Amino acid sequence: MSHRRFHDPEHHKPFSFTSATEEQIAWWERKYPTERKWSAVIPALWLAQKQNGGWLSEPALRAVADRLVMNYIRVYEIATFYTMFNLEPVGKYHLQVCGTTPCMLRGAEKLKDFCERKIGPKGHVSGGGTFSWVEVECLGACVNAPMIQINDYFYEDLSVEALEQLIEDFAAGKEPKPGTYVKRQTSAPEGRPTSLTDESLYDGSKAQALTSIPNAPKPAPEGGPAPAAKA
Amino acid sequence: MLLDRDRIFTNLYGRHDFRLEAAKQRGAWNSTKELMQFGPEWICDQIKASGLRGRGGAGFPTGLKWTFMPKVVKERPHYLVVNADESEPGTCKDRDIMRHDPHLLIEGCLIASFAMRAKACYIYLRGEYIREREVLEEAIKEAYAAGLVGKNACGSGWDFDIYCHHGAGAYICGEETALLESLEGKKGQPRLKPPFPANAGLYGCPTTVNNVESIAVAPTILRRGASWFAGFGRPNNTGTKVFCISGHVERPCNVEEEMSIPLKTLIEEHCGGVKGGWGNLKAVIPGGSSVPMIPRDICDTVLMDFDALRDVKSGLGTAAVIVMDKSTDVIRAVARLAYFYKHESCGQCTPCREGTGWMWRVLERMVKGESETAEIDTLLDVASQVEGHTICALGDAAAWPIQGLIRHFRQEIEDRIVNYRQGRPHVQGVTLTAAE
Repeated sequence: MSHRRFHDPEHHKPFSFTSATEEQIAWWERKYPTERKWSAVIPALWLAQKQNGGWLSEPALRAVADRLVMNYIRVYEIATFYTMFNLEPVGKYHLQVCGTTPCMLRGAEKLKDFCERKIGPKGHVSGGGTFSWVEVECLGACVNAPMIQINDYFYEDLSVEALEQLIEDFAAGKEPKPGTYVKRQTSAPEGRPTSLTDESLYDGSKAQALTSIPNAPKPAPEGGPAPAAKA
Repeated sequence: MLLDRDRIFTNLYGRHDFRLEAAKQRGAWNSTKELMQFGPEWICDQIKASGLRGRGGAGFPTGLKWTFMPKVVKERPHYLVVNADESEPGTCKDRDIMRHDPHLLIEGCLIASFAMRAKACYIYLRGEYIREREVLEEAIKEAYAAGLVGKNACGSGWDFDIYCHHGAGAYICGEETALLESLEGKKGQPRLKPPFPANAGLYGCPTTVNNVESIAVAPTILRRGASWFAGFGRPNNTGTKVFCISGHVERPCNVEEEMSIPLKTLIEEHCGGVKGGWGNLKAVIPGGSSVPMIPRDICDTVLMDFDALRDVKSGLGTAAVIVMDKSTDVIRAVARLAYFYKHESCGQCTPCREGTGWMWRVLERMVKGESETAEIDTLLDVASQVEGHTICALGDAAAWPIQGLIRHFRQEIEDRIVNYRQGRPHVQGVTLTAAE
């Protein structure tokens, strides 16, 4: 279990939803049956976190609970359970360095060392509030290891040099593009492709209507329970 | 080796557009209405005949699972929930399906929902997959606009709604009942079974939870025929599968291959081999972090399927192959996994909550050799006490890698303890001979 505590509540500023956030929460709510609006709590907390500069303060939590008519304690336990909710302030660019074994095997530790040198200890926000970093568990981009999630997007196949350049670019106000930082197409192997080279897959021949359905039943032996009987 | 024309995910790498027009060119949404005309039973029968086993790790027959749903919809509506909370270390296949071939998934959702008489489907994405969610939302929007989902989906007469939901970084939400709890707006703590989700799942209604890949292959199986799919791999292990190969290989990648492909062929053909050659291989975790590792002599011949890997006391899991060459400190690699399970335990069951932390701490000492030989057996004992004594499989998943480590690399742990005792503590990255 991960143990997570709130940031010192004395520093929490008042919080209320902007109309844009409000609109998005309403959009999420429409996805669930009318009497099940609590389902929207994770998306709502996520939106509140975005609006609050990347972390959830106690007032933000209360706003979400009030908005969805939930007990505060329910929202509190969700915010402390799910690790994507930051309970302390983070930098403008929050680096989540994946440290689980597949990334570790390919050099995540060097990236962690570099972050420590460049930004400071884990969880620490650098001067001016620009950067912060944490180590996180598997982010699900293991064939592009080692990788880092910076704010919303994944930066993959990183070396220390590539990370240094990334941090410089972010510091200079540029928006480096997410994705891989070596010469490859997403999760394909580097260099010569080993599959999906047959051009006939893409020439539209696959779009031609099927002449027959494989294993189609013999003409209607019985009505069948299909609620959508074909005209 | 699978031929390109037999691959289902023809845009796995995103070389082409994910949007509707391009996806249709590649064969998605082709004759969907016709596939639905023979009714739910026919669809379930086809999936059963194809031999498709769930792609999320457990390998339960998908067609059979679909038939567990009630045959008639009573007062409680049915739901399909797609498990896209891909968090098993080593695994990143569903991510590619969602960001590059989302229409195959959406079409699969329609067909599977229809087969289970569900009018609504939720796709539960892991929270970190933000780009993937953006793509999926856009694809869903396109599908609605084109009348492929929504009222009278594809002109089939079936009303169907599909929604994308997201989590917030909890591995445990990949467990189906924890996922349902999370989707209901609670902490993701697994439920006791029974009742099984097919009786009481999401909001207490009949629900089936399936992995992304299991759902996304369904339309192509129907279009090309169950026997086509069943023609790949060995009996009981049929079909094609997206493998994720990471770690110490020359070119890590995702690739769709046929089941039962030899592990060695998979690594050599698609990844350029192990770093430093096959002789430099130390061990492989063949199915995501939860399955026990296998040493090189087993890797030489083992086939990548459910039964072959079970026979060598490992498992296919999610088919995420983590390769470790001879430079790897396997004890440390497993200690890091033990930390992962300690971090991700939901805290509900005592054996898992306490056991995962205990096992991690012991392993951290073993990495340095700061331990006693007898503790290896104690560790094994604790691991088997955690295994099978928890509500969900996370306890088992935490125990298995440790059991695999001790089974195959006990000597290495013992050597390290001896060396530590002799005043030669292990230094990471430096072999002992070089240090002397």
